[in-house]
This record gives sequence, C-alpha cells and structure tokens, in this order.
Amino acid sequence: MSKPIPTERSESVFSDFKHEYAPHQAAVEANRCLYCSDAPCTKACPTHIDVPEFIRKIATENVKGSARTIFDANILGMSCARVCPVEVLCVGDCVYNAMGVPPIQIGKLQRYATDQAYEKGWRFFEAGKPTGKSVGLIGAGPASLAAAHELRRMGHACTIYEKREVIGGLNTTGVAPYKMRADRSVDEAEWVLAIGGIDVKTGVEIGKSHAFEELEKKHDAVFVGVGLGPDTRLGVPGEELPGIHGAVELIERMKLGKLPLQGVKHALVIGGGNTAIDGVRELMVLGVPNVTLVYRGQEPKMPGYRHEWSAAREAGVSALFQAVPVAFEGSGKVERARCVRMDENKKPIAGSEFNVAAELVLMAIGQSTLGEQLASLGHRDQKGSGRHRRTRCHRAQGLVRRRRLSQRWQRSRERRGRRQGRGAGHSLALGRQKCLI
Amino acid sequence: MPDLTTNCAGIRSPNPFWLASAPPANSGGQVQRAFDAGWGGAVWKTLGQPIQNVSSRFGAINYSGTRAIGFNNIELITDRSLEVNFREIYETKKKFPKHAVVVSLMVETQEEWKDIIKRSIDAGADGLELNFGCPHGMCERGMGSAVGQEPLVNERITSWAVEYSTVPVLVKLTPNVSDVLPHGLAAQKGGAHGVSLINTIKSIIAVDIDRFVPEPRVGSLSTNGGYCGAAVKPIALHMLARLTRSGEFKIPVSGIGGITNWRDAVEFMLLGASSVQVCTEVMLKGYRIVEDMIEGLDEYMASHGFDTLDQLVGKAVPAFSEWGDLDLNYETIAKIDAKKCIGCQLCVVACHDGAHQCIHQSKETNGDATRVPVIDESECVGCNLCKIVCPVPDCISMVPVDNGFAPATWNQHVTEGLPLRPKKGAH
Repeated sequence: MSKPIPTERSESVFSDFKHEYAPHQAAVEANRCLYCSDAPCTKACPTHIDVPEFIRKIATENVKGSARTIFDANILGMSCARVCPVEVLCVGDCVYNAMGVPPIQIGKLQRYATDQAYEKGWRFFEAGKPTGKSVGLIGAGPASLAAAHELRRMGHACTIYEKREVIGGLNTTGVAPYKMRADRSVDEAEWVLAIGGIDVKTGVEIGKSHAFEELEKKHDAVFVGVGLGPDTRLGVPGEELPGIHGAVELIERMKLGKLPLQGVKHALVIGGGNTAIDGVRELMVLGVPNVTLVYRGQEPKMPGYRHEWSAAREAGVSALFQAVPVAFEGSGKVERARCVRMDENKKPIAGSEFNVAAELVLMAIGQSTLGEQLASLGHRDQKGSGRHRRTRCHRAQGLVRRRRLSQRWQRSRERRGRRQGRGAGHSLALGRQKCLI
Repeated sequence: MPDLTTNCAGIRSPNPFWLASAPPANSGGQVQRAFDAGWGGAVWKTLGQPIQNVSSRFGAINYSGTRAIGFNNIELITDRSLEVNFREIYETKKKFPKHAVVVSLMVETQEEWKDIIKRSIDAGADGLELNFGCPHGMCERGMGSAVGQEPLVNERITSWAVEYSTVPVLVKLTPNVSDVLPHGLAAQKGGAHGVSLINTIKSIIAVDIDRFVPEPRVGSLSTNGGYCGAAVKPIALHMLARLTRSGEFKIPVSGIGGITNWRDAVEFMLLGASSVQVCTEVMLKGYRIVEDMIEGLDEYMASHGFDTLDQLVGKAVPAFSEWGDLDLNYETIAKIDAKKCIGCQLCVVACHDGAHQCIHQSKETNGDATRVPVIDESECVGCNLCKIVCPVPDCISMVPVDNGFAPATWNQHVTEGLPLRPKKGAH
C-alpha cells in the first residue's frame, strides 16, 4: 500500500487559485446552464461527462445524482475538476461564448459536486461479478487508477505496480499546488481503490525489480500507465552544476517534502510549456524574489495554455523571450546562465550572448516519451505505437479515452454499430484481444 | 408628454399604479411612503373586525434559481383597530389630496356595512373596494370569496354598499370560480361603479418534503392560501378580458394579478383595465419599483403615440376572440437565423420530444457551423415551441407563408363550407 505523504511540505503554503463554490453560488451558476442537447461541452470532454445533466442535477439540488453522473463517466472527476484545462475544453466550447455571455464554470461546478461526494462519503460503484481474469497495471497514476476501477466494475482482478512509495502518480507529484495538493490526490486514489479487489504493490519497478514478461505470464492483460519519463536536458556545458534541476523532479520534491530555497535570489525556468508556467508561479509563491521564465520563441507562440500564462503574468512573474541558455556557470554551484538571443525562427543570433544571474534553474523543456518509457520496461516495441504482441498491452491514453461509456451512450453506439453492419467495437472486452487504441 | 392621469370608475389618481389591498397598504406610514415614491393610489388593506393572524403566513415558488415567481399567503384582513386605520386614512388624504385612497372593506351584516362605509367616507376615502375575494380564513366565516362565489349574495351586498356610499364602489372579484362573467355581472347589477380583479387563487404553494407538511407551516399544520405573484398573470389577464370583451359587462375594471413592471401594466390596460394594482412585487422589491413603471409607461405611450390612457385602455380587447373565429388557413413556419444560432440545439430536442419532429441536427455534424439545425418546412406546423426555447433573441422567427388558401375559420368551414388547407405533421 501507499506510504503516507509527509505533513510538512513546501506546497502547503499554496491556496486554491480557483475558489470553491458555496451551495448558493453553485445554484446560481447551475441555473444559468441552457441544458443543451448533444452538448458541445460533453463532446469537448475527453471523458464525455454528460455535462448538462450533472449541472441540471446541481440546479435541482440532486447533488448526489450529479456526482454519480460525473463519476460514471470519469472516476477521477474530483481531480479533473481541479486540474482540467476547461478553458480549452468544455468551457471553451460552451455555447454561451457564441452569445457573448460568460460561459458556464463547468470545472467549478464539477468540483462542487465531486467535493460533496468526498465530504459526505458517497460511493456509487461496486465491483462486478468475478470473471476469473486478472489485469496487471504498471504505474499507480491517474490512468491506471481509472482503468483499474473500470476493470473492477467489470469483475476483473487488478494488480497495480508502482515504483514510488506513494500512489496517485502525476496527480500526487506534479499538479500545481494552487490547483490541487498531494494529500487530495492520495485521498482520491484511496477513494478509487475502495471499490476493493485492486492490489497495489508500491516500490516495484517493472523492468528492474520485476521483468515485463513476468507480468505477461501472471496476468491476462497488461496495462501500461506509466506516463512520461524524466525531464529532458538541454545538453549544454555546466548543466550538471548543483542548483540545476528538472522541473518535474523539483516540483515532485516540493509536493512531497520541504524544498530548500535558502539563498536563492534568482531562479530561471527554461521552457514555454505548461510545466514551465507552473514552475515560475510555484517558485514565486515559495518566496524566490526574482523568478524568470526563459523561452526561446516569441510570447504568443508559447506552447503553454494562454489562460495559464495570463494567470502567471497576473501573479507577477517575469519572462525572457527569444533567449536560450548556452551554458551554466558558477563555482561549485550554479550562479549564472549564459544566454543567447534567438531570432524569429528560433535560431541563435551571433554575438548576442548575455549573462543572467541564477542560483536555481528548472529545466521544463519536455519529458522522455512513451517509446523510451516502454524500452525502459524491457518492452520490445519502442515506437510508442501502443500495439504489441496480439495487442495485449494497452497504451494508457487510448484505453482511458475509450473507457466504458455511460449506459445510454453505450446503447446508442451499439445501435449505430449494428446499423453499420458491425458489432459494438468499443467495449473493453478482455480475452477478445481487442486493440483499444 | 403623455398624460398618465387616471380615472377608474370615477376614482382619480395621478397615474394608474395603485397598491393593492395587502400588506404594503397596511398603514398610513406605508401608504404615505408609497405616494412619496410615486404610486398614484392605494387600496387600503381590508378593514373589518380586526383579526388575529397566524405565523408563518407566506410561501413562495422558486423556479430555476429565480426566487418567488409565485407567492401565496394565509394572512387575513387588518389586525389593527378601525380607529387607528381611519385616523391614518384621514392623515394620508390630508397630505396627499390628489392621490387615490380606496378603502377595502369586509364585514358581515347590513348594519356593519352601513357603519363602516360611513366611517370610511368620513375619513376621506376616494372610493371603496368590497373584498369578495379572499380565499382563505375569512371565507370560512362566511365572508370574502364565500360572498364572491354567490352572484346573488354579491349583488345584494353590493347594492347595500352602493346605497350607503357617496363615493365610487369597486367589487373585488375572486378567481376561484369556473367563469368570472356572472360574478362581474352580479356586481354590475348591484350597482357597482367598477370591479377589481383578480383576488388570489386558492392554492397550496408547496409541501415541505422533509416534514411532510404543506407550506406555509403553522406548527405542524398548514392550510390553503391565496396564490399571486408573477406566475398568476395569465389567469388574471384572461379573467379581465373575459369581462371586457363581453357586451353585457360595461363598468370599468381595476386590473390585479402578477403585475411586476410597466409591461405587465400595459398588457392589463390593453385588455381593458383602467388602473392596475400591485402587491406581490412590492412585497418582494419595495415601493421603489414604481419609478420604472411610470417611466416605462410614459415611454411606451410616447413611442406609440398615445396621449392619454383612454386611448390605450381596451385596445387589444377586439383581438381577443374565440377559437372558432381563428383563421385555420393562416400558416407560419419557423426560420433559424444561422448567423445568430449558437448551436445549443434546444430547438431540436424540444421539437423532437415536445412537438412535431421537424427540426433536425445538421447531417454534417463536424464543426461548429454545422450545429445550426435544419427545419423541415414541409412538416413544420408553426407551433412556436422552438422559438420559445431558443435562448438567442430573434434567432428563430415564425414567418407567415402563402399557401394559396383564402382565410377560413372553423365556424365558416362548418356553416359555409370554406375549404381548409391540408394538415401538416398529422400523419
């Protein structure tokens, strides 16, 4: 089982960026919802939550039913309500946008309903009749937890193998604490596991302590829910100096313990994605006086979400665009980054080098890919296509995307399938060797 | 500048907005503040033998997050002494000689009527309103709606009042009858100068689903109350028009029932009310709402070229007819303005589940533009449902179509054999 996370953690100083709704606030917002048919918000949701339905249930004070609607489509509805980039998904597609009316705050309403479920101890699902089949799931992150819960509803036995001592994966170790703190993620993992029949083995690293083949022999199917790998490095001189960290690695340390930041007056976060944006906001709140995001491209072309960057800007972070470090310098630890200016095509401009003070540097320029991850498991397919040997290994995203749909959806899909002269091809049927990608 | 001066059955006021006989017109202090705020008149909360009230007394219906779209009460007539009421009426009239103070009355015997009418007029009443409508409590004692539901009793008591009164007499009618016309005619026959309608509708506003007791709750019991507020307007409008389009009924009407703003007031006037009375909206929002009512009516009259209220009172009455006189060959179909459509598809689901299955999702379902639904015009019956559910103003319009058929009503079809167009959506 999971080891409890420390109570003393750097992330504890963060408060919620988006405040929770009180019942009357949720009621006002829920009553604004038009209850669209064939709703764009539901279509935009990667887990196809029936958004208008769960919102209507809040409006009628059937909050328990609302939570059931959410969890039926997405058992991780509580954490998704906090971390999902709703601005570019359901909320971004709300029809009110086309009317020039503020869109419904779907994420906040989802948080309201799911928080109530946790608070009141509501549970909705039971394990299915045992099928005698077992599934091994690698990684105890969101993908495996969701998949295992779904598999348990169908009656399959599940074993999750997790290399860390704590469970919850990126939800526990990587989510910006102003969205969700680690303890909340561990609560969620335990809430999901409470369906029973999911054996969690922590401290087990597939490919090291156990061979992948061992899992294949032991289980009828294997689910690979490993997420992404370690932080990518720039590969420039001085990058090994103390004080230079991978962003994901440092965020994990902040979320699971105390981060020593004494003496850090200047911090640089290299990258323009969402991890970089999280990084600068987090270091600022943790008290680093000067935090600068360094991105090689132009501001409008940052890959991070615009709404996240705007929020970071409002929080007061500074940024250096069209620049990239070419070396790190310092005696015994990093003291400065030597940067070069980039042109519009992200090509270095000769003779434009300059120094930036930095006692702390976070590399947020990406993580290793699934193919590399699979290779580290000792898995033969290194292309990351997700298909492998009679398709018994299911890539996490694909499986989660095609998780069991709500009954109604399932039926309508089956009907459509029959009309088109084929069976319902999307159910998760073990032993039928379906490719779920 | 339009003239809002009002004359309803001989009762004059600077504008047609009167407080109805109810808690907002319970005392001199209140009525005087209301007049200061701009109200043209007030019907003083019903005087009679002061009663003892229960607590609680009010209940409300909320709908989709909007509070109190409907309201009810189990409060009775005044609980203050007649002496105090008359003194305050006197003081109010002295301060506001041009405003209308109508005194609502409810007593039992002929002697009591005679006495209370004299005292009301002595206090300065500009008119009287006989409360024949209260549907709770007082009717159990043989007053209120118990009188209003019996045309002969109504007529007799009205005739007493008219005999004893030197000021105009209005009879306040109850809606708790199958047809209001005989009751209006009874008041007219009794000599009333006008009627006011509607009083509240007999109702149970809600049930406390945890305590298993209707609301409003008095200890462990409740009783039926009088329903009012915005939700009752359609019932009131119909009863008003039922009287005003009748050739027999000829006296003025003061309109009451769900009036919350100047638009509602205009609707009542167009159907024949020469003044309007407001209670619930004042209870919920205060006297200050009258500012907008006056301004809105003023602007409406100016923009429609009405100089005086007489010109608009009753203007929509001729257009209120019977089903048999409607043109069956008049045909509209729904049109969607694709530029305005936001793709909510509420019209699709409403038409499919609640109407005639003639609005469909666009076949190409990818992309935003194709979320604009398609109307099968050969099946559209022109029912209005899509337009009603559409959240975007003027996105769906009902457009008349020329089907080549001359107008024909059901009555004409039956009596003269005029041809009717083929039915749509009836297969």
